Amino acid sequence: MWNDILALLKQELIVTFIILILLTIKVGATEWKTDNILKLANLLLLINFMAGFVMNSEGTLFNDMFHTDRLITLEKNMLSLATLIISLQSYDWLKTHKHILEFYVLMLSTLLGMFFMISSGNLLIFYLGLELSTIPLAAIANFDLGKRQSSEAAFKLIISSAFSSGLLLFGISLVYGTTGSLSFEIIRQQLDGSSLQLYAFILLLSGFAFKISVVPFHLWTADVYEGAPVAVTSYLSVVSKGAIFFVFVPVLYTVFKSLAAHWYLMLFLLSILTMLIGNLFAIRQNNLKRLLAFSSISQVGFILVGISGSSTAGSASVIYFILIYIFSNLGAFGVVSLISALTGKETIEDYKGLYSTNPLLSWVLTISLFSLAGIPPTAGFFGKFFLLMAGAGHGNYELVIIAALNMVIALYYYLRVVKAIFMDSNEHPIEKLKISILPKLAMLACAGAIIITGFAGWIYDHISSLSTGF
Amino acid sequence: MPTPAYIALIPLLPLAGFFILGLFGRKYFKASSGIVATGLLLISTVLSLYVGYHYFFVDGKPDGVYQPIVALEYTWLQFSPKVSIDMSIVLDPISVMMIIVVSFVSLMVHIFSLGYMKGEERFAVYYAFLSLFTFSMLGLVLSGNIFQIYIFWELVGVSSYLLIGYYFNKPAAVAASKKAFIVTRLADIGFLIGILILAFHAETLDFSTLIGKLTSPSPELTSLTTTSFMGISFLTWGLTLVFMGGAGKSAMFPLHIWLPDAMEGPTPVSALIHAATMVVAGVYLVARIFPIFAISGPAALEVVMYTGAFSSLLAAIIACTQTDIKRVLAYSTMSQIGYMMFALGVSGYGGENGLGYTASMFHLFTHAFFKSLLFLCAGAVIHLVHSNEMKDMGGLRKFMPITHVSFLIACLAIAGIPPFSGFFSKEEILLAAYQSSMPVYIVGLFTSGLTAFYMFRLYFSIFWNKESQLHQPYNEGTLSMKIPLIVLAIATVSTGFVPFSTLVTPDGKAIESHVDIVFSIAPVSLALAGILFAAFLYKKENQKPVKIASSLGGLYHAVHKKFYIDEIYLFITKKIIFNLIGRPAAWVDRNIVDGLMNLLATFTGRTAELIKGIQSGKIQNYTLYFFGGVVGLVFIFIYLW
Repeated sequence: MWNDILALLKQELIVTFIILILLTIKVGATEWKTDNILKLANLLLLINFMAGFVMNSEGTLFNDMFHTDRLITLEKNMLSLATLIISLQSYDWLKTHKHILEFYVLMLSTLLGMFFMISSGNLLIFYLGLELSTIPLAAIANFDLGKRQSSEAAFKLIISSAFSSGLLLFGISLVYGTTGSLSFEIIRQQLDGSSLQLYAFILLLSGFAFKISVVPFHLWTADVYEGAPVAVTSYLSVVSKGAIFFVFVPVLYTVFKSLAAHWYLMLFLLSILTMLIGNLFAIRQNNLKRLLAFSSISQVGFILVGISGSSTAGSASVIYFILIYIFSNLGAFGVVSLISALTGKETIEDYKGLYSTNPLLSWVLTISLFSLAGIPPTAGFFGKFFLLMAGAGHGNYELVIIAALNMVIALYYYLRVVKAIFMDSNEHPIEKLKISILPKLAMLACAGAIIITGFAGWIYDHISSLSTGF
Repeated sequence: MPTPAYIALIPLLPLAGFFILGLFGRKYFKASSGIVATGLLLISTVLSLYVGYHYFFVDGKPDGVYQPIVALEYTWLQFSPKVSIDMSIVLDPISVMMIIVVSFVSLMVHIFSLGYMKGEERFAVYYAFLSLFTFSMLGLVLSGNIFQIYIFWELVGVSSYLLIGYYFNKPAAVAASKKAFIVTRLADIGFLIGILILAFHAETLDFSTLIGKLTSPSPELTSLTTTSFMGISFLTWGLTLVFMGGAGKSAMFPLHIWLPDAMEGPTPVSALIHAATMVVAGVYLVARIFPIFAISGPAALEVVMYTGAFSSLLAAIIACTQTDIKRVLAYSTMSQIGYMMFALGVSGYGGENGLGYTASMFHLFTHAFFKSLLFLCAGAVIHLVHSNEMKDMGGLRKFMPITHVSFLIACLAIAGIPPFSGFFSKEEILLAAYQSSMPVYIVGLFTSGLTAFYMFRLYFSIFWNKESQLHQPYNEGTLSMKIPLIVLAIATVSTGFVPFSTLVTPDGKAIESHVDIVFSIAPVSLALAGILFAAFLYKKENQKPVKIASSLGGLYHAVHKKFYIDEIYLFITKKIIFNLIGRPAAWVDRNIVDGLMNLLATFTGRTAELIKGIQSGKIQNYTLYFFGGVVGLVFIFIYLW
């Protein structure tokens, strides 16, 4: 029994342990140097990521409330990696901050919540994990303590989350009422497609849709992304979204399989809205953080296209795309966050002529944006292509055509940034920035991964061999 | 057969050039970057010629029929149990011909640029981009499956974007590069969806499997022809959409609007991209899956034919009214590609029916040489007078004899005068059209007359017309600028004699080529008329009608008669061709086609403006919309459904 718990809960236990270490330092008598805390925290995160590769096992715990397998382990590893990259990238920002330990403790708590959520075999555990992954986030969204915008972001996040949780809980209770159980397995068997169940499903769906900012549940996104510190924004847009997708796909594919005809059409509708609205808003943005926020909304629309394929290829291409999305979005956000932390500049106007002073940052940002836009040979191209191919597998060309059209619209605003960086002249470009080694490393890793992930066929093969569809 | 490693080197050497110059060019190869890139490409070219020799004359036809040779195949990933994505290199007559054309023309452009771009601030970057482009183009033609070709297709787009926008401090160049990229991207959507349709139904991405499955009765073919969308079968949709991608790259109406603007790039780049390589990618793509078009998708093939014929005519008419010499060449490229397209459109598969296909590939081959020669000559001219406008030129023949002669040869070739190369390929195209579609033949014939007219209008305006204002003795350009001109001029004269119909046919079997003298009378005499007409109007400066009249000498005696004919000529050209056809055509081009694109952009922008109110910043509104979303879903899916 205890052996099982140790083995299956390995990743959760490690994260908990790291949180405990950091808490001990916080309450301890000796004052640690900022730099040392950062080094220790990054080291621990690295260990956390590495540990994900060894001694993995599969199985269930606590009356099927918790389960894990190789795919879930891989997904958790992806999240750990993304957290590590974000931590490295925000080195320069955190260095000036007084409350680093709290930042890490809160961030890791949300990671822990996501781990439980991904592994949940029961709606209750799912809900607990979801809340644990949201509430501390609102606290760290407020971490630019001097800025009003930052507290505004936190406030908006917590209120919207509360609202969405309310609906989600309503949905869960309806599911419980009609099926008599909270366990995914029993729900799956008991679903009969009555209107009430469909209603409950819509409420659940809206809860998911809120977290991954699907239109029209997305409105909090831009304000929160803009106001929160960039490290938190990248965390929100990459890690927390990714985690929800990792639950969303199996829940749709297995638990609500019998409602497939319904949710397929809902996804169809929502994905079109999401891609279109996300893009239309992104076009107008001059603030890069807002631009990336809206572009990440439209990326979600693409992922929904892949999910609607409802095949093994659909599930695999979603996970593959999220992996690529982690690198591309973190690459872009990393550069933006560095520049914002060091100079406070965030608009496209400010980025004019960036190449003349900061070639490295320019290239990383360009590669990331190209990947987000889906231009070969960057990995984003492969990711998008596979998503569309999975979507087309369902024979739904209308959706694929709309998705492809959106790729062109998106190209326009991504190119606008690239053009500003390389082609526009500026009398006062952003001065040459001194970047510490760790963030530099993280950005190079992102850029490298964007190129490699696309061409290394075995990555997709591996994900595909673990995935299931129907 | 040369081992696969050699063949893979052909595209990989330019790629190496890109990396070397891209990473270290600025520091270590500031002056020598051109030599490095040219040297690497020279090896590639030699290898291409070697592979070409082996394929066509040694290994290609084991029993009298050219077979595709898969030189390299590697399963890159298994997308789903049935569909795998491969990386492969395939040699067949058209891919081998294309690597020769691409590497050779690119080499000429590399050499020419040594002199032309000398002293440019970003010399190394220029060569890095040029190498990247050459790599992508070579990769594109060697691709053995549709996914791989799509990757290279996009890479070609990216690298041409970089090259057109090379003069990045010139706003027009930046705008043009963006326009080119986005318009072709729009077309690529069609390509992408076409691929997805074909791949989904045929369950393969590999060209030869795809062709095999879709040209003979098979469950895959049935599933494609029996399912339909808006009354048109999925097969026709798929093929037409793939063609749409090709039309975008090949600047076919109405997706051609990017091509004239793209002339803002450096002129040698135009010679490479807009004459010989990228713009013919669309033709190549259709040729690649031609058996499917010819055997299973006649409706899609008709689309190809009409689009080609119409583009060819439209572009020729517009070319008559342009005054920027590079734009004349751009429209003439579009017109010639229209020729290649409709030649494919009129072609059938197998035996003598495949003449159109052969003719199209032949014209692609000869056109690559004479058109890049024209562009390079134009580059040399622009280099001398520092202007693109015809009015700033004239009388240059004394200043640049080599350029003059080369340009003349290329003009004769494009006008279709024997024995220059363009004559042979154009004859074959017209013959193929004659045999299958009379209207298209007439369009082709008329266009060929117009072609001769506008090309010689260009020629006379540059080299004759008025006396040049240049006085000081002028050196025609460096040796590196002259050599490519001479080499390409030789190629222009000689490539017409390549026995193309024995080498490149749809089914690999040789077909009889027949140059029928009787048949040639009409096009050649039309071309001659066009040339004479152009000479009449543009050879001398013709401000005063009397001067024009006297320049024609013995042919037209009576003064009043001269005056009369002259008036008709002037009336036809200035009033009818220019005003009634040319201007409206140019107007339609500028206002309707461009306008539609702009409208699309404005519409997108407006909609964005309209809906911005939703993003009010007020959390209570956000939750309201959230709730509205839930209610909307419930309404649609529970009450309506």
